[in-house]
Amino acid sequence: MKLSKNFTNPLAANNPVIVQILGICSALAVTVQLKPALVMGLSVTFVCAFSNLVMSLLRNGVPSRIRIIVQLVVIATLVIVVDQFLRAFMFDVSKQLSVYVGLIITNCIVMGRVEAFALGNKPWASFVDGVSNGLGYTLILVIVAFFRELCGSGKLFGMEIIPQGAYEAGYMNNGLFLFPPMALIIIGCIIWIHRSFNKDLQEK
Amino acid sequence: MGLRKFVDKIKPTFSEGGKLSFLHSTFEGFETFLYAPNTVTKRGAHIRDCNDIKRVMITVVVALIPAMLFGMYNLGRMAGFTGMWDAFLFGLVEMLPMIVVSYVVGLSIEFAFAQVRRHEINEGFLVTGLLIPLVMPIGVPLWVVALSTAFAVIIGKEVFGGTGMNVFNPALLARAFAFFGYTSSMSGETAWYAGGTVHKWLGLTPAGTGEVMTSGATPLAQLGDGAAAYTADWSNFQDAFFGFIPGSMGETSTLAILIGAVILLFTGVASWRTMISVFAGGLLMGLVFNLVGADPASLPADATPEAIARAEYMNVPAYWHLVVGGFAFGAVFMATDPVTSAQTNTGKWIYGLMVGMLAVLIRVINPAYPEGMMLSILFMNALAPLIDYFVVERNIARRKKLIKNVK
Repeated sequence: MKLSKNFTNPLAANNPVIVQILGICSALAVTVQLKPALVMGLSVTFVCAFSNLVMSLLRNGVPSRIRIIVQLVVIATLVIVVDQFLRAFMFDVSKQLSVYVGLIITNCIVMGRVEAFALGNKPWASFVDGVSNGLGYTLILVIVAFFRELCGSGKLFGMEIIPQGAYEAGYMNNGLFLFPPMALIIIGCIIWIHRSFNKDLQEK
Repeated sequence: MGLRKFVDKIKPTFSEGGKLSFLHSTFEGFETFLYAPNTVTKRGAHIRDCNDIKRVMITVVVALIPAMLFGMYNLGRMAGFTGMWDAFLFGLVEMLPMIVVSYVVGLSIEFAFAQVRRHEINEGFLVTGLLIPLVMPIGVPLWVVALSTAFAVIIGKEVFGGTGMNVFNPALLARAFAFFGYTSSMSGETAWYAGGTVHKWLGLTPAGTGEVMTSGATPLAQLGDGAAAYTADWSNFQDAFFGFIPGSMGETSTLAILIGAVILLFTGVASWRTMISVFAGGLLMGLVFNLVGADPASLPADATPEAIARAEYMNVPAYWHLVVGGFAFGAVFMATDPVTSAQTNTGKWIYGLMVGMLAVLIRVINPAYPEGMMLSILFMNALAPLIDYFVVERNIARRKKLIKNVK
């Protein structure tokens, strides 16, 4: 596959969240506000990219029988690096994300890309694949968080968007958007729109 | 028959090849609304019942009318109008906008989807559109009604394929959307009273203090609270049965709902199995709580107010659960929805019992949700196909065994 196609494919046509339905758990949990969602997405992008790179470099030296444990060591190391970085420089976001940074280890996208792509491809292509899959995940998280924060608390990145006058006129924030079920419904709507543009993905 | 002639005259415009053929389903919807379709089956043996989906839906609407009219009267009565006509007029003016908004929003979405998908317009929304205002308190702003209706029709119904394909009852989904999204306007002490100034331009003056009553918790909330001095005595029971209590607009009068139930059962539109089993389930769970609930007097002195409230609630006579809150309304109009309830006869018994039991369980055990009926019906809607599956599987297994025995 061409490298440019390799990069754009996971962003839309083969998006890990809305086509492969991976990483849904964290997509529901961390999307109440935009900021943690963006940080989470970038963290997964980092882990995904570098685990792909490292595993691709090691792919000929690792016996197939123990590859899962090697992958886990690599991914876990990267996740700890991310976690420590967030704690040091973005403590408030790190607190909001709580366990979900640690749980990147179990994010199916990371493991999936290492298994499906990095073990059979050259380092540079694997790195690009990791970045683009991470960005595809980030894209969906940001869209979901945009609607949840806007409708649920009337803010974007913590800034008041809905004018005070609207509240005085009777507008209310929708509390349902703060609950995970609404995130699932938003993802469902994104899938609905996405499939209506990509006819080949529609189930018969 | 000028209208018939007019309809026939404009028909070619909307038919295949006509100028406005893209509006075909809209035309078809209005035509069949005005006149019974005269299409006949041309080949094959089909038995057509004169009870088409339109007539079924209209029957449900008729059955809802007593509850709706009483709801209007009760709104005025709660606001302090003593004259029967005054109270009714006040309630009518307060309630009508919600009904109009619900119908306009829901029907526009239905028409739009039918147009895009080239389906015929289904009549399911005739009932849903009336149910939505009836299960909401008067304090809900109109734009919340509009949003909830839109949510229920799009996410609850159209994404699954429209009328007859929905998993959840659309009217309850609208209520759930408003309940979780705009909790403050759906519960509390002020939501149940019409606090507007409508009476002033109607030229009505409420009796008593001269000001409109604007607050007071529902009996259901008071029972759950425990702290309020609400006693489950006979006169309160009568009030709750006849409906002179605050609550969502259509749900207060058990009597009016029972009249609707008689209409539904007499015409065979709703399943008596579901209806009876929901009431039985609620009664059963209430009795279970009466048996296991501790006597409030015997609680230790340092018991928390919550614990005392729970104990008192558990000891409320079981039949009380059937008349307060939305239990009766849910049992008669919501649980019996033929699309979302169980389809098999055995399944209907199980489904109804579970709805009733869960409703009382949620009410008594979880103080965060004073109204358990909505949640229990929605939950059982999700489980109904599973119940049917097991009933059917069991029947197949039983029949297979019979074959073996014959050999």
